[in-house]
Amino acid sequence: MATLNVLILVCLGYVVLLFGVAFAADRLAAAGRGAWLRSPLFYTLSLSIYCTAWTFYGAVGNAARSGLEFVTIYLGPTLVMISWWWGLRKLVRVGRSQRVTSIADLISSRYGKSNTLAICVTVLAVLGGTPYIALQLQSITLSFSIFAEADPTGLYREGSSVFWVAAGLAVFAILFGTRNLDANERHHGVVTAIALESVVKLFALLAVGIFVVWGVAGGLGPMLDQIDSSEIGQWNVDAGRWTTFVFLSAACFVCLPRMFQVMVVENSDEAHLRTAAWAFPLYLLLMSLFVVPIAVVGLDLLPEGSNPDLFVLTVPLSQGNEWLAMLSFIGGFSSATSMVIVTAMALSTMVSNHVVMPIWLSTQGGAGSVSGDVRHVVLMARRISIAVVMALGFFYYRLSGGGAALASIGFIAFAGISQILPALVGGLFWRGATRTGALVGLTVGFVLWIYTLLLPEMGGGFMSGTIIQNGPFGLEWLRPQALFGIEDMDPIVHSVMWSLSLNTVAFCVASLLSFPSPLERLQGAQFVNVFDHSVAPRGWSGFVAQSEDLMIMTQRILGAGPAQDFFQAESERQGGRSSLPEPTPAFLERLERELSGSVGAATAHAMIGQIVGGSSVSVEDLLAVADESAQLLEYSSQLETKSAELTRTARQLRDANTKLTQISEQKDNFLGQVSHELRTPMTSIRAFSEIMRDTDGLSPEEQTRYAAIIHDEALRLTRLLDDLLDLSVLESGRVNLNMGGDTLRSVLDRAVSSALAGSSSGIEVRRSKSAERIPLHTDLDRLGQVFINLISNAQKYCDADEPVLTISAHDVGGQVVVDFADNGSGIPPEARSMVFEKFARVSGEKAGGAGLGLAICREIMQRLGGEITYLPGQGGPAFRVRVPLAYRQAAQ
Amino acid sequence: MSISEDRRPQGVRPSLFLERQSYRRRRLSDAARFLPILGAALFAIPLLWPGSDEAGDGIRLSSAILYIFVCWAVLIGISLVFGFAARRMATQDETDQRPD
Repeated sequence: MATLNVLILVCLGYVVLLFGVAFAADRLAAAGRGAWLRSPLFYTLSLSIYCTAWTFYGAVGNAARSGLEFVTIYLGPTLVMISWWWGLRKLVRVGRSQRVTSIADLISSRYGKSNTLAICVTVLAVLGGTPYIALQLQSITLSFSIFAEADPTGLYREGSSVFWVAAGLAVFAILFGTRNLDANERHHGVVTAIALESVVKLFALLAVGIFVVWGVAGGLGPMLDQIDSSEIGQWNVDAGRWTTFVFLSAACFVCLPRMFQVMVVENSDEAHLRTAAWAFPLYLLLMSLFVVPIAVVGLDLLPEGSNPDLFVLTVPLSQGNEWLAMLSFIGGFSSATSMVIVTAMALSTMVSNHVVMPIWLSTQGGAGSVSGDVRHVVLMARRISIAVVMALGFFYYRLSGGGAALASIGFIAFAGISQILPALVGGLFWRGATRTGALVGLTVGFVLWIYTLLLPEMGGGFMSGTIIQNGPFGLEWLRPQALFGIEDMDPIVHSVMWSLSLNTVAFCVASLLSFPSPLERLQGAQFVNVFDHSVAPRGWSGFVAQSEDLMIMTQRILGAGPAQDFFQAESERQGGRSSLPEPTPAFLERLERELSGSVGAATAHAMIGQIVGGSSVSVEDLLAVADESAQLLEYSSQLETKSAELTRTARQLRDANTKLTQISEQKDNFLGQVSHELRTPMTSIRAFSEIMRDTDGLSPEEQTRYAAIIHDEALRLTRLLDDLLDLSVLESGRVNLNMGGDTLRSVLDRAVSSALAGSSSGIEVRRSKSAERIPLHTDLDRLGQVFINLISNAQKYCDADEPVLTISAHDVGGQVVVDFADNGSGIPPEARSMVFEKFARVSGEKAGGAGLGLAICREIMQRLGGEITYLPGQGGPAFRVRVPLAYRQAAQ
Repeated sequence: MSISEDRRPQGVRPSLFLERQSYRRRRLSDAARFLPILGAALFAIPLLWPGSDEAGDGIRLSSAILYIFVCWAVLIGISLVFGFAARRMATQDETDQRPD
């Protein structure tokens, strides 16, 4: 006997399994072994969150009430999927090329990165999504209560169980949905768990269906006969509802935030659409295959008045097949949970990026992007939003009483969300669509939806009966359910028809009458012609001095590691050796897109604007927008580009020249220095040896003292010559490496103790020894030499009152990265390019050595296949050493 | 105000006829455009059927189910075939290094 307790146990076990799968998938993906997680199969399965508990249970209920009408909500998405070649393909391409994080972000990005629009879409999505979440909670509770009725011994309280379900789902979404900040990165854990859930729900429904057809009805032929003789045995579908629902479900398949999340944001390869185009309709077909048989058998077997929404559960139960009922319960549970998790994730991204972040940025004033921990704020906002969205759903469920009123909420939510459609389709296919148009259209549709559908359907508390009967102020033509005197229509058909058509008309008219800003026109060209030019508009112009600010800001959003890698890659792309790239328009635009993956297009645009100081749109861009035959202008704009390029090249040449001059000067200086360094010890050696040779009667103490001086000076000479020799050997590549294996920690231990041995100036060395437990295979002595040099440099030159040297190490994809940062005053920017040159010294006299240390370090690191660089933006002088975990012969 | 979109840049005049392969490819993407229209038409046909309340002998539900699911399966089949064709096209594009 499957009691309620067994059910709860199975349920908990299933949840643990989901957590495990999500965790394992995240681990696999992090280790880079998750290629198969990005297969078209997983993509298709993740799309099936379209099938919520509303469709899992509700489809059978719908079929029992109105025959084949239920199939419309599957036909709409099928039509959308088979038109992927000119519809979804474009949407996905745009989403990926603009690094869009949500449907609100897409709309805002298309219409000139307008945050007002993003907020509108977010509000609409939250309003439409909350009842939908409540609906899922209701379905879970209802299915629990079926088992609770069958098991009088179990102690079951509805209220508390809903609470725990909602809390559990929120925890899951927070754990796996807000792990990484970049909403553009794939949430492998969540997607894999959803894929598993979609297999489970399909399997469950098929199992019940097969049981019903072959187990209860006795085969296919008898089943068809039974269908025809049942009370729904005749084709009887209202044409208006049929067309409206097909259209509505097609629209929502694209516009629903959760569908957008799995279809566009989590998409890792455009080619997956090819498979999903036939596989997903097939999934839908299988989901609906047995719906009518289950409904017919349910109507036949179960007593009059039993809830048809729960036939999927009650039919197997009434036949005594409790394990099947339990399987079907798990199927319904899967549909509800996966939908709630993804919806909460998608809505939280929208709320945090378009509502919380702009508010936070404006409270921080102009300094928002360079101070404070943006990353932390975003993640926190996202987590809190998930909790708030879930709480809204929970309270909606409690307030509405969980009654039958909820069942009609599905279509009401659909009708609300579909108001985004005109702005979305217009934005993708019509360059003339403007921000004003989108705003006006959305507002008109939104207001009409609330007035004609949401308020009347919510019942007496929200809209008085007299308004519904006689219209506001007695104006009959304004009656919410019979607008302009058109009566006797199905309320949903009526509302969808008016709200969407007036929405579209308002959108088109306002677009035709308004004039878009340059940025809007650029984005419009980008979106509509995404297949022609996938290059984004270049809207920024910056100055070198801003690179460091940008770096600091990026570190706060993306985290230090990814930001440094990104800047490094950009700098390499520009062919420079320094770690800060030139702020070319192309670089700024790529940076903006990278950031928008984390905080949304509008916020990223605003943050870069705070630093670079407003965007400019170049002539070239405007030409691309206008697409006019202004060849002359284009020519001059090309000249402009070329001249800008020449200016850049000239600056680079000037830099190179200055560097050469500096080197040459320093070489001269060095020759003088070397001669001096050689001569000073030589002079004293000569003098003291002459004294020893020519003076008689020297006391033994004096002899020892003079000999000691001679010995010391000779040692100094040897050291200098050793350094020079070392450098020349390293530079010529004739060096022999003694490979050995040890952990980074012990190499650092040795380096620190020998660098600080016998020194009186107490520099404090901060290390995190646990992070240093990284095995290395390289020339340990040479590596140690580099570390000693860096540590003793810090010790010698750090001018802080309480000198502190921080050594941090991480393992980054086959490389060890060790950073040495102290709290002294940094190296001035003009000297940074010189510190690794031979004979270089930052400040003439402060140094004691010949200026060979860092040059030797650089040569050593090159031999070891790694590198040493200056790390800007750390507040003090900082050096970064990269060593490959295992030495491979560098192909030099 | 909006800018006219159908003015193309006055570039090199394209040749009048495409070679056979590109021609096939164009028609294939035409077919992809027709597919949803075909689907919508197929699913709209049931609206023409007589309802049960007229004479009492309307279309039986089992035939309706059969019709809808067969149409559905046919659309899925065509979409599957097109998917494979599109893949071949994509790989050819990559080897040709030619934009579609």
